[in-house]
Amino acid sequence: MSPPLLSVRNLTVAFDTRRGTFDAVREVSFDVKPGKTLGVVGESGSGKSVTAMALMQLLPDSATVTSGSVHFAGRDLGSLDEREMQKVRGREIAMVFQDPLSSLNPILTVGHQIMEPLRLQMGLAKAAARARAEELLALVRIPSPAAIMRSYPHELSGGMRQRVMIAIALSCGPKLLIADEPTTALDVTTQAQILELLRDLQERLHMSVLLITHDLGVVAEFADEVLVMYAGRIVERSPVAALFDRPGHPYTEGLLHSMPPLEDEDPEVLPAIEGNVASPFELPAGCAFHPRCPYVFDACSKVAPVLAEMSAGHDAACLRIKC
Amino acid sequence: MILRYILRRLAFLPLTLLLVALATFVVLRLTGNPVDIFLDINRTPEQVEALTKRLHLDLPIPAQFLIFLRDLLHGDFGESLQFSGSAATVVWERAGATFQLAGTALGLAVVLGVTGGIVCAVWRDRAADAVISSIAVAGQSMPSFWLGMLLIEFFALQLHWLPTSGYGDLAHLVLPAITLATILLPNFVLITRTSLLELMGEQFVVTARSKGFSRGRALLTHILPNAVNPVLSFLGIQIGTLMAGSIITETIYAWPGVGRLLINSIFHRDVPVVEAAVFFIATTIALSNLAVDVLQMLIDPRIRRA
Repeated sequence: MSPPLLSVRNLTVAFDTRRGTFDAVREVSFDVKPGKTLGVVGESGSGKSVTAMALMQLLPDSATVTSGSVHFAGRDLGSLDEREMQKVRGREIAMVFQDPLSSLNPILTVGHQIMEPLRLQMGLAKAAARARAEELLALVRIPSPAAIMRSYPHELSGGMRQRVMIAIALSCGPKLLIADEPTTALDVTTQAQILELLRDLQERLHMSVLLITHDLGVVAEFADEVLVMYAGRIVERSPVAALFDRPGHPYTEGLLHSMPPLEDEDPEVLPAIEGNVASPFELPAGCAFHPRCPYVFDACSKVAPVLAEMSAGHDAACLRIKC
Repeated sequence: MILRYILRRLAFLPLTLLLVALATFVVLRLTGNPVDIFLDINRTPEQVEALTKRLHLDLPIPAQFLIFLRDLLHGDFGESLQFSGSAATVVWERAGATFQLAGTALGLAVVLGVTGGIVCAVWRDRAADAVISSIAVAGQSMPSFWLGMLLIEFFALQLHWLPTSGYGDLAHLVLPAITLATILLPNFVLITRTSLLELMGEQFVVTARSKGFSRGRALLTHILPNAVNPVLSFLGIQIGTLMAGSIITETIYAWPGVGRLLINSIFHRDVPVVEAAVFFIATTIALSNLAVDVLQMLIDPRIRRA
């Protein structure tokens, strides 16, 4: 088996706020294999996006990585200085964000924004960058690239904008693409097209993808492996099929039950997980999920569960799993 | 498309100027009969009648306004009562001095204010930010006539570095320009700082950083260009403050501009000159705002659609 492209160990990220400090990400460890997709699932506030920004070393000033290591393509990213990290960003690890409108600069043309990384990272001259940018637009299946190059973000549809963002992300041929809720802001038909495009490009370019989403449907379609995050921790890690067949953590189970059904079923109410996400300032003792858990028992409020193996490659952090 | 936008904006200009003319006309007639004030106590009925006729005060108000408008179209505000020559010429002769003072002050305020705002935003909550922001807030509350007097006392009377007042070489310009610039400068610092801090949190800045841009490059190529329009909007609003400030500053420093002329003419009830001066100032403000609108449209493509 080839070594992982990205290897994260015990990553903890602390935020310093007016209300005090809290850990948004707690001792998170995972690998992304070459050419594979790792899906990261969880509610807002579960630490998915913070994990991604920590990998890029683009956390806001109020956040610090307090422990952990990130190895990428055999290098320890933690040992790189900001200048060296700038060569990793965009060139080796690229990102696509949730809202393509706010992710693009409103007063620069689309062409300018695609050419930026080509000129900065690849050192291309203007004419070469322009030609390459048009190729990239064609690659993400944008019709008449030359015309789109001259347009501004607000003149494009949401799907087109996200294609532009993908073109920017792919411009320098990254080994890893971090897609943070890439389809959430789009309508359903466009979602499907963007996902299909991403999958197709991943195969053609042999990229790894870290797919962050709250949508298990997206994960089912796209990911090879899944991490489920709750309150900053990984509560379950599994190959995608096993997760849907036999969810190990009650939280995962809850997420699966709250997925909208297929069209032939029509339940009166969509089941939801009881309660609210735990406040990061007052995390429940023991298992952070226990106040919302339907299977809760005494030990849950005392012992913090660790990831335990259910089957090959399928771990969950729940005390019900006998180790 | 850009040309059409400019033409459409230009089409509104006559309407703006008509409203300006109406306001000028009404205000002057609300402040009392100029004939009573301009002519001294020993006036003869013939003098009163002659001046009343000359200012068309014997006609009904709407007719007076129509005459005012008709003359306005010819650039004719009538003859000045206290100077020889037409009111328009009297005002226009002093416009250069006003433009020189206001232009220098605006330039100073923009350059120093924007620079200060950038320093504050980049080193947010650090010493530089604390010092500059505090001075800016303090400066906002400093009345310009007071500052003007302090500057004259210190640099002219104590140190003898600069002349106390008057018009002539560059040395005469220094104190008035600083005084007038200080009215605007603190606001430019604060507005630049706020706009930049807001933009620094925008998602497209994260995108730029994720492409491998350094903080400095992201600031130069993505944040600053987007900050131009908010600062320009503010500048447009501040042109009125600038003109009002130049009236005060010109008076303090005996600067021979339109502002000082206006104050003088109000005291002497030189109605034609007051009308011409107010119209000149209002037109300057309207044209400056038009220029701001066009600039903003050139910078931000989203405005062109509106």
